[in-house]
Parts: sequence; C-alpha cells; structure tokens
Amino acid sequence: MLIRRRKPWDLPESEVTDYKVYKNRRQFLNTSITAGLALAAAPSIGLGKPVDELQVYKDLKPSPFSTDEEKTTFEAITTYNNFYEFGTGKEDPSLYATEFPDESQIWKVEIDGECDNPGVYEYDDLVKPFTMEERIYRMRCVEGWSMVIPWIGFPLAELLKRAKPNSKAKYVEFTTLYDPEQMPGQNRDVLEWPYVEGLRMDEAMNPLTMISVGLYGKELLGQNGAPLRLVVPWKYGFKSIKSVVRIRFVEEMPQTAWMKANANEYGFYSNVNPNVNHPRWSQRRERRIGEFLKRDTLMFNGYGDYVAELYSGMDLKRYF
Amino acid sequence: MVTTLLSSIQAWTSNAISNDNKGSFIRLSHLKVLVFLICLYPLFYMTWGFFTHQLGANPIEAVTRDSGLWGLRFLLITLCVTPLRWLTGINQLVRFRRMLGLFAFFYATVHMLLYLGLDQFFNWYEIWLDIIKRPFITVGFINFIALLPLVFTSTNKMVKRLGGRRWKKLHKLTYFVAAAACIHFLMLIKADIREPVIYIIILTGLLGVRLLHHLRQKKLSAQ
Repeated sequence: MLIRRRKPWDLPESEVTDYKVYKNRRQFLNTSITAGLALAAAPSIGLGKPVDELQVYKDLKPSPFSTDEEKTTFEAITTYNNFYEFGTGKEDPSLYATEFPDESQIWKVEIDGECDNPGVYEYDDLVKPFTMEERIYRMRCVEGWSMVIPWIGFPLAELLKRAKPNSKAKYVEFTTLYDPEQMPGQNRDVLEWPYVEGLRMDEAMNPLTMISVGLYGKELLGQNGAPLRLVVPWKYGFKSIKSVVRIRFVEEMPQTAWMKANANEYGFYSNVNPNVNHPRWSQRRERRIGEFLKRDTLMFNGYGDYVAELYSGMDLKRYF
Repeated sequence: MVTTLLSSIQAWTSNAISNDNKGSFIRLSHLKVLVFLICLYPLFYMTWGFFTHQLGANPIEAVTRDSGLWGLRFLLITLCVTPLRWLTGINQLVRFRRMLGLFAFFYATVHMLLYLGLDQFFNWYEIWLDIIKRPFITVGFINFIALLPLVFTSTNKMVKRLGGRRWKKLHKLTYFVAAAACIHFLMLIKADIREPVIYIIILTGLLGVRLLHHLRQKKLSAQ
C-alpha cells in the first residue's frame, strides 16, 4: 500500500495558482501591460476575489488511498472531458458548462428507494456532516486514456449509511440532472437521458468509492460534474457519474445509460481489465494524458488489493 | 439564365486558364501551385498545433483523428470534380483531380503512420491483433490497401499502359474507398454519429449525381 506523507517542502495543492487567475491569465497579462508598472509590481491588486476564497479546501488530511504518481495538470483535467450532457467533443464541456450549475437554483439530491431514512437534501446540508479528504486517484477512461486526479470528497459509504438501506437494497442507482436548458447536449438523443449509473451494494460501500465535490483544492467545475459526483477508481470513467441529483437503493440491477446504448460493449460492472477487450479498443494499454508513450493498464486500475475480493469466483469476461 | 451564365463562365475560364497561352489571365501551372499549397494547409496547422501545444490535452489523438478526417475530406473533394465539370462545363477542373486524389492518399498515409507509430509504436504483433479483432481497424486497413492500386496507376504512363477504359474502370474503386472511409469513421464513434452521417450524406449525394447522369446519358443514347 502506498502511504504518502506530506514532506515539509511539499507545495500543498492550495498554493498552486488560483484557477480564476489562471483562467484569465491572458486578460491578466493584458491588464498588467496596460496598467503599467504599478500593477505589475503588485499583481494581486484588483483581481476580484482574494486567492484564499477560491481555494475552498485547505489542509486536508492526506489519504492512504492516494497514489504518489505525477498528477495530471489542472488544465487537462478541466478541458478534456467526456460529459455528453454538454456535447460529445472533449472540449465541449469546458466550453458550455462555464455557468453550470446555475447559482440561483439550490442543488438538491433525492435519496430514496429501499431505505428507512429517505429524504431530499440541499447540497449544503448533504455534504455538511462529512470530513473532506483529498484522494489522488488514477482515472482510466474506456477509450484508452488515463489521468491522475486529486479529488476532494468523502466516502460514499458514509452517506449511504445515513439513509439506512434495508435488506432489499442490493444495488444503488445514480441519476444525473436532466435539464436541457442548462445542459444543451440533452437536446439530442445521443444517449437516453437522464444519465443513469449503478453499483452493486458492496461496491458502493467499498472504502475507495467516494463522492467528490472538488479537485485540486477547488470546488468542482461544471465540466467535472459539479456540484457533486461519484468517483469509482477501479472502474472505467463513465461509471463515475457526474452532477448527481438522485441516489436510489434498488433490488434489481439498474439499467445504465451506456448499457441501454450498447449492451454488448458496456457491461454493468465495467471494471478496468486489461484482459477483457472492448470490441473497438484493446484495453491492454493506455495513454496517460501528458505522456508520449503508452503504459500497461493494470487490473482493476491498480486497485486490486482493495476490490479484487468483491469479484472472487466471478467470470469477469462474462460479467464485463 | 443559368445556362447563359454557365456558358459565359466556361468561355471565360477556357480563355483565362490555359496551359501555354502567354497572354492568358491565369496559367494552369500557377493555379496548380496555389491549389497544392492550399491542400498542404491542414498538414501545416496540425504540425504547428502539435508543436505549439494547441491541440488540447491529448494531441496525439487529435492529429490522428484530424489526419484521417482530411483523408476522407480529400476523397470527397476529389469526387466533386466530375459533377462540378458537368455542372459548370469547365473541363479544366479535371486537371486538379489527380492532385486532390493524391492528397487524400497523403493524409490517409499520415493517419496510418500515426496509428502505427504513436498508437502502437510499431508493435507488429499488437497491430496484427488489432486488424483481425477490431472491425473498424480492419475496415481502415483494407481501405488503405485499396488506395494503393489507385496511387500506382496515377501517372500518365500508367494511364496509357492500362488504356483509358480500363483505367477508368479501376478508378471506380475510389467509390468503394470513400464509402469504406465513411464506415470506418462511423464504426469508431461511441454514440454521437452526427459527424460521420454528414459525410455519408455528402457521399450519397455525389454518387447519386453520378447515377442520375448515367441514367440520363443512357436515355439520350436510346433516343
């Protein structure tokens, strides 16, 4: 197991260049040039919110689950996304999710189904009880590329336990927001909307599975599934459903959006598995974003120590 | 009205574009150089974008995809030449067809080399597995092979050697290659098939025009 201890000389995530400053860097440079030396000498003046306010998550305890591999850049994580609700191009989400979610509406999450303590929670109330952690996970997309992302969040299990699932709760079904006004990609039937994903109960309760509300010390951006999303690091990326509005305990295996689109290619489990080919891509290797050469894909994306036992005795070629 | 316009364009171009007339407005050789440079533009912007980091987070994927797209686009542009000739009567257009076709092959080759080199790193075993196991790679590979006889018979010498009729017959293979390229594109898409469908519609139009022309010629000769 990899245990990452923060060295005294390590730069905490909270000290990297602030996102808004970064995003507006060209404008910032222009302003600096026009304003002349005065502003250039004191670059923090006149930039709106102070840096601290945007760095929401600071001094979080490092997680034993974190990898010490080199993190993918913030720019890549926030501009190369599959989030078909905002378009099918990789850059579409970063272009069309800039105002998402609409700040004038309160984000609510409904937790229902086979449980004793269902309810509808406003975002703030939902996340308040939990201690945020930073977890640096590998993320492997079914298309053959991967990233290393410093997520901020808490274990899904803690949230699910509060809902008190009953004995009929065999699976957990997750649903993304359906709102074509905010999500222009939903105007076209590329997939069956709303996006639905699911986990078996034991997968959902696994300590690796988390609800993420931020990355790189900042709140999630629209393109990464704001305000809250699932992260299941041993499964292909599409299982980690974004912008969740409903969590439902069910007895039957949920039919996920990709299973409905193409059941032969996308199974319910979709565990990262270099030995099970996707009909269109070999899954043996992957290109880590930012790297030139490809690397070997690891079984369960390298998380076998934590999750392999969930599937003992199962034929993973059949249950792909 | 349209016919008068077309015939006047025709008259103008046949005077304006000329091989040897010193007094003509534009010389064919100059125009060919211009078209050649325009055809190189996609290569230029891909290379420039790649080395100046403007192709997003996954530049290798971007150049692989774009080179393939330009291969397909040049195939369709090449297939536009003949219908445009019928439409405008500017027979000089045919002089650009070989160059456009060879550019389709050029971009298809870049596409293929990027796949072989930067996707598979010339691991021939993996490449072989890909060709036999993944239908869209199979189609792409067959497609590339099918382009080769077209390229090898593209010189004036080969046209003469084959004879115009046989050469023409062989080059009908272009229709197959264009259709297979569209299918190759369609097959690699996960869910949003809009873009390949646009190319399929364009190709259907280009082939449809040929069918109509063929039927009309038949009717005319029957009369």
